[in-house]
Amino acid sequence: MSWTRKFLRVNLTSGAITEEALNMQWAHDYLGQRGLATRYLVDEIDPACDALGPDNKMIMTTGPLTGTIASTGGRYSVVCKSPLTGTVACSNSGGFFGAELKFAGWDMIIFEGKAATPMYLSIEDDVATLLPADDLWGKTVWEADKMLRQKHQDPQTKIACVGRSAEEGCLYSAIVNDLHRAAGRSGVGTVMASKNLKAVIVRGTKGLGGIQDPKRFLQVTKDAKKVLADNAVTGQGLPAYGTQVLMNVINEVGALPTRNMRETQFEGASNVGGEAMHEPRKSDGKPNLTTNGACFSCTIACGRISTIDRTHFSVKDKPEYWINSGGLEYEAAWALGPDTGVDDIDALTYVNFLCNEDGMDPISFGSTVAAAMELFETGAITTEQTGGVELKFGSAEALCWAAEMTAKGEGFGIDLGLGSKRLCEKYGKPELSMTVKGQEFPAYDPRGIQGMGLAYATANRGACHLRGYTVASEILGIPEKTDPLESDGKAGLVKAFQDATAAVDSAGLCVFTTFAWTMDDIAPQVDAACEGDWSTERMMEVGERIWNLEKDFNQKAGITGADDTLPERLLKEAANTGPAKGRVNELDKMLPEYYQLRGYSTDGSMTDETRQKWALPS
Amino acid sequence: MQKSLHIDPAKCTGCLQCESACSLVNEGTVNPAKSRIKVFSFHDEGRFVPYTCTQCDEAWCMQACPVDAIVLNPVNGSKDVLSDVCVGCKVCTIACPFGTINYNTSTGKVVKCDLCGGDPECVSACPTQAITYVDANATGLDKMRAWAMKTDNAGA
Amino acid sequence: MHYVIIGAGPAGVNAAEHLRKYNSLAQITMLVAEDVPPYSRMALPYFLVGNVKAEGTYLRKNEGHFEGLNITLKHGRASAVDPVSKAITLLGGEVINYDKLLVASGATATRPPIPGIDLKNIFNCWSLADSHKIVESTQPGSKVILMGAGFIGCIILEALAARGVDLTVIEMENRMVSRMTNEVMGTMIKDWCVNKGIKVLTSTKVSRIDDDGDSPLTVSTEDGQKLPADVVICATGVRSNTAFLEGSGIEVDMGIVVDDFMQSSVADVFAAGDVAQGRDLSTGDYYVQAIQPTAVEHGKLAANNMVFGKRTPHPGNLNMNVLDTVGLISTSFGMWMGVDGGEEAEMSDIGNFKYLNLQFKDDVLVGASSLGMTQHVGVMRGLIQTGAHLGDWKAKLMAEPNRISEAYLASAQAQHVATAPV
Repeated sequence: MSWTRKFLRVNLTSGAITEEALNMQWAHDYLGQRGLATRYLVDEIDPACDALGPDNKMIMTTGPLTGTIASTGGRYSVVCKSPLTGTVACSNSGGFFGAELKFAGWDMIIFEGKAATPMYLSIEDDVATLLPADDLWGKTVWEADKMLRQKHQDPQTKIACVGRSAEEGCLYSAIVNDLHRAAGRSGVGTVMASKNLKAVIVRGTKGLGGIQDPKRFLQVTKDAKKVLADNAVTGQGLPAYGTQVLMNVINEVGALPTRNMRETQFEGASNVGGEAMHEPRKSDGKPNLTTNGACFSCTIACGRISTIDRTHFSVKDKPEYWINSGGLEYEAAWALGPDTGVDDIDALTYVNFLCNEDGMDPISFGSTVAAAMELFETGAITTEQTGGVELKFGSAEALCWAAEMTAKGEGFGIDLGLGSKRLCEKYGKPELSMTVKGQEFPAYDPRGIQGMGLAYATANRGACHLRGYTVASEILGIPEKTDPLESDGKAGLVKAFQDATAAVDSAGLCVFTTFAWTMDDIAPQVDAACEGDWSTERMMEVGERIWNLEKDFNQKAGITGADDTLPERLLKEAANTGPAKGRVNELDKMLPEYYQLRGYSTDGSMTDETRQKWALPS
Repeated sequence: MQKSLHIDPAKCTGCLQCESACSLVNEGTVNPAKSRIKVFSFHDEGRFVPYTCTQCDEAWCMQACPVDAIVLNPVNGSKDVLSDVCVGCKVCTIACPFGTINYNTSTGKVVKCDLCGGDPECVSACPTQAITYVDANATGLDKMRAWAMKTDNAGA
Repeated sequence: MHYVIIGAGPAGVNAAEHLRKYNSLAQITMLVAEDVPPYSRMALPYFLVGNVKAEGTYLRKNEGHFEGLNITLKHGRASAVDPVSKAITLLGGEVINYDKLLVASGATATRPPIPGIDLKNIFNCWSLADSHKIVESTQPGSKVILMGAGFIGCIILEALAARGVDLTVIEMENRMVSRMTNEVMGTMIKDWCVNKGIKVLTSTKVSRIDDDGDSPLTVSTEDGQKLPADVVICATGVRSNTAFLEGSGIEVDMGIVVDDFMQSSVADVFAAGDVAQGRDLSTGDYYVQAIQPTAVEHGKLAANNMVFGKRTPHPGNLNMNVLDTVGLISTSFGMWMGVDGGEEAEMSDIGNFKYLNLQFKDDVLVGASSLGMTQHVGVMRGLIQTGAHLGDWKAKLMAEPNRISEAYLASAQAQHVATAPV
């Protein structure tokens, strides 16, 4: 089994908490986590509902391998309708929260309705209780975490919490667990706060048994760990440099979006990359990076544990930030650094701490600041709006100020909390928003990595690198090298990555394993753990079914093929330096083939035929 | 040659593979709450410290046991709990100044690390060699024993 | 060299084994008072509940353990000791000569001097024989009154409850186990018992017991209640077994007065275990701790000094207890009640029967007590015994006492890397 086969339903309006049996037919069709929770969401909400209203539901969900000894088997996802994009939101997080939920005996929690006053959910094995959170409201994630620990007094309690940004309506707020892991994208934290739910705390001591074939599971997970250890990326690059191993690589291939994606290479990249985090600083001789830290069960350990230079302007009078905490990952470093033109690693680390402390998606936040900086440059925003702050590209001071304001939801921080799309619309320059379906881009420029353009345009949660990471193939040659500047053949590549990722995200595993693992490594682990036959083919089939289920949800929410596009800048303004010089993204060449492969109509709509093929709910 | 667990916290990433492996092998489920090795996480310091029984010479637990339920394993030097002899009185859990023998409320017996009979699962599971099983003389065991002597009343 | 040990409890047995370890040639004789092999009182409740057979309570399990060590077990009770002629007289008149003597005669349960205390069906719960009598006299539904909710009373509660008896506990203090709990914790233990269907009367005591007709016994309390009982179990206290030392010149206070080498006031006579008034680590005072780990350490230490001369001084034993009251586990260590000028950190989750209390003197842990905690409890001993300076962990423990294991690792095992001097 590996599923616990039961979940909690928490009605925040009535306060009722009930235990329900997991729909095992759905588990067989959608595996778990991302897929299974989406199936529940599709069944239970109107896709056209107000994402921040009581009719939206929020599902915290684990996969069948969450809480097992499979490497990276510690993931959970939050699924709901996104307030940022209007699409399905599905944000994946590591840390220890997901596994703990499993150890308490639960596969997932469905939150519905809205509490009249702030509450938090406490789970101790079988016992789930809604408790008042009035004293926690208005507190940062870090403060609330401390208060909850003082109240509950079990150091092993795992906590997932929203910060002040979510309470103040920032549309890209994250749910932060274990202080610095986050279900980061698409505003799932905003949805949680809209329900007056401040935190979920869980302690599980029941453990996870019931592996279908324990002996084989031990063997195949051991074999798979060896594959990770022997691989240069997962065995050496990620442990040493984290995802930040990519900063200089991506800059060199000319795909590092810079200053709101006006350029594709950043002159200061080497100051903020993975190697820079190892450089001893002048003040105390210590590097930014203290050590690498793992999520539950992860044998890669790409997580960065960092400190900020105590003499840096951002923290010199704030000893509370002189601690170790979650350091820069590549996407955050890019959004806060190259995209805003800032190359001050301590400023970036400070802002990253703030993003964790008050639950903001650093990708969306950084990209929004980048857009605001360009708006400032054009004069659409002036010091009148910023209260005197010169919001200029390259200004570390402006970046830190923007993060503090957005975290608190004060002043211009309220505008920044709208996200890039709404901000640019508000100030009359919608073309400056680097978003798809309202979600900000991650750190790969589609002019230099063609496949990523298609992946962004078609991702079911808006611009996202984690829905089809063709960077692996186009840059790193995994599983085989394709030319990043060539659009031909990328439709099939994108689809294959999208389907495989959907399956991995539904298993309880981390997508970073796929730098080394193919589905042939993953399927046997699922197969040994779960009842039924989980071949590579079935995993891919489940992945494709999940993809189409998400697509169908979006279509019912009013998203059309016209939304499968990129900002004009990426389609018309050619890259001006580097290997991609003179190139734009050739989305128009890739999209028709992609729709055809997906079985959609030429305008990008889900067809009845395809819907029937995957037996999607009507 | 006597071997012992050697723990190097600087190498630990806090992934808890050791806790999962320990509980799986000894309790039948992945359950860190029942693991005999525990990784303590010092968040603010950015440090992870795996911690379990050092099989100390003084064997406070063994000495305190009123019914001879903890015995010296002559092969690997571990102090093993004989589950069918243990009555569950818990005296060992307060006698051990390291806190590494614990009462299991579901079985009514105490549990501690027994080095898995000479092939510790935590060692096999550790991806970073933060926990190794090496010649006892090469470890910091002497240091630990020196520390244990400080706790010693009898000095025998 | 002839070593004689009076008593075959944990102190006596450990002493005998260590005497042999230090001196392979000496003659060692251990007097066993009861007509059974050396056994552990700690294990009696588990015998009572049926988890172990009588053999399961024996201190040493190997067949021929003592013979193998050439330790002579002699059944008999001492009636007198003459340190001048170095002779012990047994009940029955036999005389044994010793070169060095260890008195490890333990303690005996007492009964309060109230009318009716010697009626039939009133038992102590101290010896294996007592346990047999309780097992024989009770069946499911029997009305049982337990006098005294001290350590021993609580430990046998579960055994009695598990036998399905109708149980009432009468305790003169205002809470349960007052010798190891403060009011909060003692009250939580009482509430726990009440939730388990046990009647608990505190702040009162039994004034008399009568045998009158239908119900075999009637137990009257000081506050005027009259309770029927089939069986009364008396667990109101114990007393060191020192009566046979009268006239020997060996100084006795609450127990045998010993120096820092476990020697009594008389040369070549040592004492260990529940009969010895040994040094307490926390206070430096001498008193009878009457706990298993102390008995073991006394035995080892006495043996060392008996063999090697007064070489190894006694730093004192940490007083500590662990108790399982019908499934609720409590511990106490050292100065759990606090010290003058000290500070305390407390967490209590009354609804979930979880409690932790830490007592500090400056940045050193000097005492602790816990309820409902089973993981890493030994670190409280580790911190108190080593006197480790907690440094900045003191403040963290004041806020979150449950981080005691981390504090222990950081302070006592130097796993702490100082970063933020906040």
